[in-house]
Amino acid sequence: MPKTPGLAQAVVTPVVNDDIGEQLRLKLYHSQMLIREAEQRAFDLFLQNLVKGTSHLSLGQEAIAAGFAEAMRPGDLSFCTYRGHAHTLARGVSVEKVLGELMQRDNGLMRGKGGSMHLTSTEHGVMGSYAIIGAHLPIACGAALRAQYKGHSDVSVCFFGDGTTNIGAFHEALNFAAIWKLPVVFVCENNLYMEYTPIGEVTAVEHPAADRASAYGLDRIIIDGNDADIVYRTASAAYARARAGHGPSLIECMTYRHSGHSRADPAKYRPEGELERWKQHDPVVIYRERLKQFGISEAAIAKIDEDVRREVDEATEACKKAPMPPADILFTDVYADGGWAWRN
Amino acid sequence: MAELTYRDAVARGIAQEMARDPDVIFFGEDVAKAGGVFKATVGLYEQFGPKRVRDTPISEQAILGAAMGAAMTGLKPIAEIMFSDFVAVCFDYIANEFPKSRYMSNGQLKCPLVVRTGNGAGSRFGAQHSQSVENWCMMIPGLKVVAPSTPRDVIGLLAASVRDPDPVIFLEHKSLYAMKGEVPDGEIVDTLGTASIIRPGKDATILALALMVPRALAAAEKLKAEHGIDCEVIDVRSLVPLDTQTILGSVGRTHRLFTVEENPRLCGWGAEIVSIVADEAFYDLDGPPVRITTPHIPLPAADILEDMVLPTPERIAETIRRSLQS
Repeated sequence: MPKTPGLAQAVVTPVVNDDIGEQLRLKLYHSQMLIREAEQRAFDLFLQNLVKGTSHLSLGQEAIAAGFAEAMRPGDLSFCTYRGHAHTLARGVSVEKVLGELMQRDNGLMRGKGGSMHLTSTEHGVMGSYAIIGAHLPIACGAALRAQYKGHSDVSVCFFGDGTTNIGAFHEALNFAAIWKLPVVFVCENNLYMEYTPIGEVTAVEHPAADRASAYGLDRIIIDGNDADIVYRTASAAYARARAGHGPSLIECMTYRHSGHSRADPAKYRPEGELERWKQHDPVVIYRERLKQFGISEAAIAKIDEDVRREVDEATEACKKAPMPPADILFTDVYADGGWAWRN
Repeated sequence: MAELTYRDAVARGIAQEMARDPDVIFFGEDVAKAGGVFKATVGLYEQFGPKRVRDTPISEQAILGAAMGAAMTGLKPIAEIMFSDFVAVCFDYIANEFPKSRYMSNGQLKCPLVVRTGNGAGSRFGAQHSQSVENWCMMIPGLKVVAPSTPRDVIGLLAASVRDPDPVIFLEHKSLYAMKGEVPDGEIVDTLGTASIIRPGKDATILALALMVPRALAAAEKLKAEHGIDCEVIDVRSLVPLDTQTILGSVGRTHRLFTVEENPRLCGWGAEIVSIVADEAFYDLDGPPVRITTPHIPLPAADILEDMVLPTPERIAETIRRSLQS
């Protein structure tokens, strides 16, 4: 059987304790289920030709989005990549707004002007999803610089994939954050593939983020990104460190993408059995078991599942009924005056 | 009124805005303790302290990315890219991030920042430290692009850029840093998107930017003295927004158009203006619009070679004379 990189490390099971508490655990589960169902729906709608353009799903990576978002305070800022639906939903943006944008309707989060790869909701602290690899790490540094300069306590949290660790902006941003002790948390979602290529084949070190941390004076942190409790605890510690003025953290979360890189990718490059093994370590399944361990009833869990499915169904129907964006928004918001005039 | 160098005007302009608005911060390579490699930011670190005036590593992407993150969350950063040629290593921010975030987010994100950068030739630095990159920036929807030619304009346009709610690329010409000019006392704030008619004339319109402005003026004086040709010289000052009305108005009076551009030939800003004039004022023209540019080659380092390729007052005057008298 071929070795599955990352899995061995990932399945080191945490000590189970009740520091998180029932209320928060239910939220973490709800968030993961909502992402799971919304992302699955996005895939189904793509097959029906109702999701246009491209889309990059986080199926299998839900625990990272849920754990980091639940550990945030209102006012903390999320910076996402094009694989950003999960992080946007986890901050409380409605499924309808997200699916509407994927379906390029007028009810979408940006009324179809941004698309799947650029989900933004400043009122929820989602400061954009960035489709140029690495671009948002320095941007998150700048937001953190503002917090530090103004004496604000918010933290900037920047999510990116394993492939991002090989672009220059990653290294520039880490150095920048370290020298200025910026309140920023860098979260590498290591799903083992840089688009279509195994990350190990194109990276000088085994752990693309964590093994670079020492170059910036940071701790080497690798966690099981499929266990929302571990993610939540790690996030909380990193945020506390940032708020206390101790500077940035770099956290590598081991996870696995259940689908291909984007909608165009059937992921045939994966070795046989790899997906199945990781599905044994599915974050939603893990968390359902966790809830049961803590005495939460099957009925309570089923109720969450049912609520989530209804929300996603209702959002889908609302999006199908929503009009297409009108032509008059084409020429708005190029400049701050609301228009696009470049000459008199 | 005081006489100030273009270089000192940069520091005064930044200081004026930092003193006015505590949200204005400034950072770049060697800009703080060393006062900038061109000595254009001397004294700011001492006046405003290490929290507001910061030296960065050689990380152009981090500089511009951090400026953007600070801008979108409430600060008004001024970032320096030492040589404008280096915008090529952080062009993602200039091409993809600053100018598109507002549009893509349907108006949710803002990006009020200024990128100051040393532009242009004349220092004999060769092909990677001498370019005029205004055209790289002008072609991108969502950016504003400004290039002052006098110390007074440096202060006024820099202030306008800092106060502007959009991202502004502010191109300072390296060969103008030592130039002196009269500058009024007190606060100076100009308006972006306004060209200046700096020499009225009736026979031809000459458009110029930055270092080409004094050269166009010298050419106009030469044409007047030697040939009795009376040229109107317009300092374009701002490529985006572009003061098309001042240009069209001038062409309507003089009926001839010449552009003087330091950039290499292809896709220079003059080509865009010529196309606007051709579209909208074709029948005002008594002859073909003529572009006077650097040839389409990388810039050489040797002084004697560099001097041969940049438009000079002599070449500008001769081109105009021949065109008008043909």
